[in-house]
Amino acid sequence: MPAPAVPLIEARNLVKHYPKVKAVDGVSFEVAEGICFGLLGPNGAGKSTTIEMLEGISQPTGGQILFRGAPLSGDYRERIGIQFQDTALQDFLTVRENLRFFAALYPRCRPIDEIIERCHLGEFLDRDTRKLSGGQRQRALLGIALINDPELLFLDEPTTGLDPQARRNFWELIGDIKREGKTLLLTTHYMEEAYALCDEIAIMDHGHLIARGTPDALLAQHFDEKVLELPARLLEGRSWTFPVHVGESGAEIHTREVNSVLAELIGAGVDLTELHQRPPSLEDLFLELTGTDLRG
Amino acid sequence: MAIFSFQRFRAATIARSLEFLRDRSALAWNLMFPVLMVLGFAAIFSGPGQPVFKVAVIAPAEPSPAMHPFLATPHIQFYREDTLEAATRKVARHRIDLLLEFADATGARPRYWVNPESAKGMLAERLLLAAGGPAPEKQQATGKAIRYVDWALPGILGVNLMFSCLWGVGYVIVRYRKSGHLKRLNATPLRALEFVSAQIVSRLALVMTTTTLMFVGCDLFMHFPMEGSYLDLFVLTLFGALSLTSMGLLVAARVGSEEISGGLLNFISTPMMILSGAFFSLDGSPRWVQATADVFPLTHLLSAARSIMLDGASLLDLGGPLLMLLGTTAACMAFGSLLFKWTSD
Repeated sequence: MPAPAVPLIEARNLVKHYPKVKAVDGVSFEVAEGICFGLLGPNGAGKSTTIEMLEGISQPTGGQILFRGAPLSGDYRERIGIQFQDTALQDFLTVRENLRFFAALYPRCRPIDEIIERCHLGEFLDRDTRKLSGGQRQRALLGIALINDPELLFLDEPTTGLDPQARRNFWELIGDIKREGKTLLLTTHYMEEAYALCDEIAIMDHGHLIARGTPDALLAQHFDEKVLELPARLLEGRSWTFPVHVGESGAEIHTREVNSVLAELIGAGVDLTELHQRPPSLEDLFLELTGTDLRG
Repeated sequence: MAIFSFQRFRAATIARSLEFLRDRSALAWNLMFPVLMVLGFAAIFSGPGQPVFKVAVIAPAEPSPAMHPFLATPHIQFYREDTLEAATRKVARHRIDLLLEFADATGARPRYWVNPESAKGMLAERLLLAAGGPAPEKQQATGKAIRYVDWALPGILGVNLMFSCLWGVGYVIVRYRKSGHLKRLNATPLRALEFVSAQIVSRLALVMTTTTLMFVGCDLFMHFPMEGSYLDLFVLTLFGALSLTSMGLLVAARVGSEEISGGLLNFISTPMMILSGAFFSLDGSPRWVQATADVFPLTHLLSAARSIMLDGASLLDLGGPLLMLLGTTAACMAFGSLLFKWTSD
């Protein structure tokens, strides 16, 4: 029987204490090579603290981090790439100059022309980094994170603040990087993004890991219901035998008994022209597990 | 949409004011800095009024009006010098306005020295001659008399160099830290010492080039005296710039707010500018003021630069100031590297 593959990175009982806060309290997980692993959680859940420990930026108060089965070594920073959520490029330098600068910091690099092509940087390569749009800036930062051809790429909320078009474009880039066989560790506020990109996710809340698995397996594990969506105005002012959740996008009915719900709606004369049925999403899962909206 | 909305203006004013008030460390600096400056200058320049002239006296006893009525003139600072050679050099270098020597305690046979290039010296001479008492005998100052600008040039360039070194490193590193640029660099194999050294070398190259260009440019028109070696002056300036840049690094080592670093840099640079002898000499000041001035690297840089330019000193003659500059550099670099933080958390 072949030995189980050693995870690329593994967190073992990670703990991080600040003077009055226990930010991370005994978090353990492993990330296999070649997958995209998503770390999700509401603000203050401890995911940024966890990822900073994994990046080697901050030291854990307790626990252990293993990279390819061994504690983090001196060359760890040469083997990983990081795209921080909030970071500045060197002002007054062009994108090309920034790429060259970061390339010079590593003993081994991918050719800059390859990075330019991979991240579609050509159209603004000689532009001062202060004059980049949000999407261009994120692509430039991704290019810098890839400059040393990392074995593990950390992406900390890489599409926060981008418009939907720029976000979709960025997902395509990430998809290309995944297809190269890179391992990615991603944090995001966007469940759609996690579902589209992640092979496996872990959900954190109050410093603990509360769920872990593939998105589909987690959804199957926590939901055996369907979701019916209707405009909220159609259900207002009446009492129903099933619970109705009213959100920004309309009213939702979570049920296993789709036929009986539909019969009740028809019986009440509700116009079902705008009815949609969808499977539960990661957003629903997150709400179920943490009782809060991810962006809340 | 109104061109100027008072409501928007009010909201923006309140937001900025609250930000400032809630940044307690910056607020504390902004309150403490002027108070400390006022206290410091009150202590240094205390008394009924600042003297208009500075006169050195060489006498076998403590100078008193009994020796000569000129010594009772108000608004002139009289202080005692020991050696004639050093005192006459100070006359020639505009460090004092007039030198008066008495052969004995009775005030007999007074002699005086004045720099013919000094306007204040000429006025002090008029007061001396009008004071009555034994007629003093005018003497020729030894050495070449220099213009005030010759004496002031190292001070002007030195203060410019000080601001460039302190703020160019101290302020910029804090801005990098606040913007997250340092955090990004920390995620690379770049080491703190490499980053810090790069900042220092880059700043040194810049300030040495600009200072050299300023010196050469001014020299074309003003023809400054150079009794020593230009190479010695360059090396000395390099040592001085290194020590001042290291001080900037020490300030920036941990601070996460530009307002705090600005306060700290002002706290260091303002007294240094005033007490280092850049624009006026501290001869005759209280001993503790001179001791305070000796802590500042700019004091040693300026006195050594003047020694090279005006007295022909070589680097071998300037072991003391050079050691002070190197010591400051070593101490600030060591503490700066130990305290250095990539992030402001």
